[in-house]
Formats: sequence, C-alpha cells, structure tokens
Amino acid sequence: MKYLDEYRDCETAKKIAAKIAESATQPWTIMEICGGQTHAIMRYGIQDLLPDGIELLHGPGCPVCVTPLGKIDAAIALARRPDVILCSFGDMLRVPGSATDLLTVRAQGADVRIVYSPLDALTVAAENPDRQIVFFAIGFETTAPPNAMAIFQAARQNLTNYSALVSQVLVPPAIEAILSHDEARVQAFLAAGHVCTITGSAEYLPIAARYHVPIAVTGFEPLDILDGILECVRQLEAGEATVRNCYARSARDDGNPTARSILETVFEPAAQTWRGIGEIPQSGLVLRAEYAQFDAEQRFGLNGGTVPEPAECIAGEVLQGRCKPTACTAFGTRCTPDSPLGAPMVSDEGACAAYYRFRRVAL
Amino acid sequence: MNLSCPIEHHHGDTILQAHGGGGRLMAELIQSVFAEAFVGLGLQADADSAALDIAGPVAFTTDSFVVKPIFFPGGDIGRLAVFGTVNDLAMRGATPQAISLGLILEEGLPMAKLRRIIESIATAAREADVQIVTGDTKVVERGKCDGIYINTSGIGPLNHGSDIHPRSVRPGDALILSGDLGRHATAVMASREGIAFETNIESDLCSLAAPIAAVLASDVEVHCLRDLTRGGLASAANEIANSANCSLSLNAQAIPVTDAVRGASELLGLDPLYLANEGRFLAIVAPESADSAICELRNAGCEACLIGTVNESPRGIVTLTSELGATRVLDLLRGEQLPRIC
Repeated sequence: MKYLDEYRDCETAKKIAAKIAESATQPWTIMEICGGQTHAIMRYGIQDLLPDGIELLHGPGCPVCVTPLGKIDAAIALARRPDVILCSFGDMLRVPGSATDLLTVRAQGADVRIVYSPLDALTVAAENPDRQIVFFAIGFETTAPPNAMAIFQAARQNLTNYSALVSQVLVPPAIEAILSHDEARVQAFLAAGHVCTITGSAEYLPIAARYHVPIAVTGFEPLDILDGILECVRQLEAGEATVRNCYARSARDDGNPTARSILETVFEPAAQTWRGIGEIPQSGLVLRAEYAQFDAEQRFGLNGGTVPEPAECIAGEVLQGRCKPTACTAFGTRCTPDSPLGAPMVSDEGACAAYYRFRRVAL
Repeated sequence: MNLSCPIEHHHGDTILQAHGGGGRLMAELIQSVFAEAFVGLGLQADADSAALDIAGPVAFTTDSFVVKPIFFPGGDIGRLAVFGTVNDLAMRGATPQAISLGLILEEGLPMAKLRRIIESIATAAREADVQIVTGDTKVVERGKCDGIYINTSGIGPLNHGSDIHPRSVRPGDALILSGDLGRHATAVMASREGIAFETNIESDLCSLAAPIAAVLASDVEVHCLRDLTRGGLASAANEIANSANCSLSLNAQAIPVTDAVRGASELLGLDPLYLANEGRFLAIVAPESADSAICELRNAGCEACLIGTVNESPRGIVTLTSELGATRVLDLLRGEQLPRIC
C-alpha cells in the first residue's frame, strides 16, 4: 500500500540500522518526543534493531497523558450537567480523573459523545440549540488548528451554545524544560513530524543552538524513525547541533501558514500544567480575550485547579526521560492499564502502557 | 354521516405494541411474515417448543445481536444472527441443525424493514442448511431498543470424534487463518453516522459451516477452531493461549489485510488484528496437517494461510513478529478500541 509499505520495508530498515551501527562510535541517548513515535518504536520493535549503545528515551508527547487531572475532573463535572453534551476525542474517555472517568459517567447517563473532529461538535451544537455543547479541546500543535477553527466558526455563526474546555500544549517549551533539568540525559531529539507539519521546524533552531542538541524532524513509520535516529547519531558523532527535516514529505520549514494563522487568531501562549510534570511557562494555549466567551471554564465558572497525583507514580520522571517505565516499583503490579496510577499507563501512546503491552515479558 | 374512524389506520406498515401482544395482530404477523418466509425451514409455529430428533452428543450455543446500523454493506442483522450462531456451532466441530429466533422489536419499526430482515434470515438459513424451528417476538416501547434486537440459539450434532477445544492445543501446532481481517468492523463503522469516510468495503459475513465440514471430513487433525468476532484475531489468540496454557506466536507479515481496511485503520488509529470479523476463523491443527488444512480450506473457497505456530512458552502469552523482524507481546484489548486523536 502506497505511503505505508515503503516505510515499513524490512530490508531497508536493516540497511539503515547497519548505518547507525557503523556511525556510532560511542553510546548516545536520543528522545522521541511524540507518543505516536513511542507506540511505533514499541510496536515494530525498533530498539531491537539498534546497536546496544543507542538508547531511546520516551518523551512527553502523549496528549492524553499530559492533560492535567484538574481538567479531566472539570470535563467530568461538565458531562454530569443535564444541560451539557460533552464532545471529546475517543481516547480521552478512558483516562481516569481523580475519582472516575468519562466512560463511566456516560454509562451513568451523562451525554458524552465521541467526535472525530471538533467541527463535528459544532454540528452537534447546531442540532441541539437547547443544550450546551462543550468540546474537550486537548492536544499539541496538531489539534490546535482544528480546535481553533471550530471556535472561529462558532463565533462567525453566533453559536451561543458551543464552548471549549481547553488544554492545549506546545512542544518547544517542553523540550526546553527537559534540557534545563540538572539531570537531563537527552543528547538529541526526534521532533514530532506532525507538529512540525503545522508549525514548521524553524522554532527548534534556537533550542538546537542554545543547548547544543541535534534535532531531527521525524515521521511515524519505522523507516522514518530509523532515519531520524541515523541523522541524530550522524550529528552527535560530528559534533553538530542543528535542526534537520527528515520528514520532508509532510513537514516544511515554514509549516502550514494557514493552520498557524487560525491557531494564532484564536489562541495565545500561556503557562500550562502538564500532568506528572507540573507547570511549564508559555507551554500551553489559551483563548484570546475576543474568544473568551467560548471558554467552557469561564462559561460554567470552573477552575481546573491542581489535583495531586498518587505519590508512588513516577510519571513525571518517565515523561521527561529520566526513568524507564520498568524502573517504577508499581509497574505491572499496582499500576497496569486496567488500573493505572498515572497517565502514561492509560493511553496506548503512553510510555508505561507501551512497555506493559509490548515488553512486559522477556522474549 | 361518516362512521369511519378518523384516525389513520397504520397497523399494516408499522410494528405496534399489539404485534407482540399475543392477539390477532401477532397471529397475523406470524402467519403473513414469518411462516411465509420460513417455508421449508422446519418452523414448528403451532407448539410452545420444537421437538428435535438428534442422536448422540450435541453442541448448543446462544448469541444476541444488537448491531447498528441494522443494514450494513455486505449484510444485515438477520443474516448476522443466523451465521453468528451457525459459526459458533461449527467452531466446536458440530453440524448446525436447528436454531431458535428471538426477536425484540421496537414499536414503530417499519414493517418493510422487518420483512427485509426476515427474508434475509430465511435466505441465510437456507445457505447454511440450518432449520429455524422455534421463535418468539416481543415488542418494546419506542425508544426502549434500537429498531430490532435478535437472539438466536443453535444446536447441532457433534459427529466429529476429536475434542475441538483449546485444551487440545499442543506446542508445535500450526495456526491457520481463513482469510483477510477487519472487513466486518470497517464496513459497519463506515456506515455509522459521524465518521466521514467512504469506502466500498463489504462485511466478510458468511457461514463457515461448509469449509469447517470440509476440513473435518478430510484427514486433517484439527485441535481447535475459533471464529474471530469481537476483539478479532488478537483477542481470540489470547483466549486460546490462556486456556491452553501455551504461547501462540504470530507472524505479522503473513496476516492478510486488504488495502481498504489498512487505509481505514490507519486513518482511525485502529489495529486490524483487533477488528471484528464475521466470516473468518483460526484453525489450530497438528503440524503435519498444516498443508492439507490450507489445501482443504482453499478448495472450500477460503483464502487460508499459515500465520504462526504454538510454542510452550511464554505461557498464556501471544507474541507477534513485526514486519521488521522484532518480536513483541500481542496483548488483549482493554475495552473498546477508541480512535486516537493524532
């Protein structure tokens, strides 16, 4: 199948892996940012193809994982209101808040609907003028443009029954937070190709320069990931630290200007709490003042305050690449996908869940 | 003076509460819809239960069908209700002989839809060579069900001598898949509201009785059969690995999935190994029978292929060797597959 098979070819993968092994003269530690990449690495067993010295660390790019507990509790509280229809992307429904999750409150009678696009939530709003439709607008730079477009359209259509519970996060400030930490181990990054498809790769240039760290814009298929790793190793071995686009079939240096424009029209950067990590300055998006009327927290008088995480959970360490999931004392025993202590065990894209699903038995 | 009732008389084209009430309308429904469609299928409508003549051990099974939408590309809820139960009997090595038909109808269901489903049930029963010997109809208030729910139970003689069950699975056995995966789930999903993608994928829904009968009539040593419905191949393999206390190892490259299903799965973030099928099964056979099993199944119209083997360990675990040659755990699905967001 075109665009799939050529990026999953076993022989080509082995050739790139051999080049990585030839190039690497010493151990290197590389972090893939995106949960989709973590999932592909585990699913295809990419670590097994790499030489022993190349260690992959799994980054914080799982949108479901980093959505703070307070926001999930707010979504649950909104869903329970009889006047509200809560629309959400599907994989948010299973994520536990501090007491329950959206799937459970739906079973108890709340009107919670899975949508594939925020624009579908707008249609729900138009069809249900006597109900309040709240869209759970979460995600990285990838979901921000469509989430912004839905709000932009709601404003144009004068929809008074549509609002968004916003928990948008941005990648570059998270990379900086990881690199600023005293115990930072990451020597190079695979940047998330789909984020760069929207925002472009230019905003990573200052990070590469300031922290002297190679950044390869990388796709999600096995060969994309191996290409990104090879580029990182090449730069590390050569002492270079620049941004290289290894996902040119999708990402351009200037990204998608139309998508960026709608994002910037509706949202502006602000401090954001990341579940398991804490607050990172300028790492989130909030609605600009002229769109504040579409902010669900304002409309319903909520504040997604901070809710403490279980003490045993080391999600923050895992999400910042300072620990592997298997280093956690609760991994696979007190913390499993059926009964997760922390967010990375919840979503398939979370590092802990990926380790549990694919690697819990030595094969 | 006009003495006719001013309220429009509708009982002919819509299901009413009275169609399940035991009175005249119900008798009319049974006579004009069911008895007419089921001619020659052994319906014993005039007794409270059906009398069957089956000697020796039998297999007996039941299943309920609530699919939405009730008509989907490649089938409908009626055809599904017949083949679902027929296939469950076949998976034990039984010859499907008779099924029951329990209908729960929603008040307001158009009679034309019911007729279409009943005709589809009759056609499916004839295709699978199974009788519909007894049935029941209930009508619930509008809003209490989604048009129509169906329950079928089935019974059939176990003519086959060996115990077709996970406990018969042995290390070294061959895993044979009867065809490509994921078409039923994809066809149903594509025809649901709210998903804006168009495909021409049709459900793989079919009776598996004939191919199973062909394999059982041959010299193939069959150890276990499992149809790959809810949860797909991955879930069935995990259930068997768990019951048989051994390991099933699958080869991803050997598992056929059409480009249309792959495309839809990539788009929605789903894994075809977990998607439901309604006309696919896994046959676990003795290693020396693998080639003849594939041959028999191909002669019976299945695109059968070898997808893996049974190993002693890791016990209770299914492993999958990826396209790149690395091996990982293939886990049981937690809940429903939910589309990922990016």
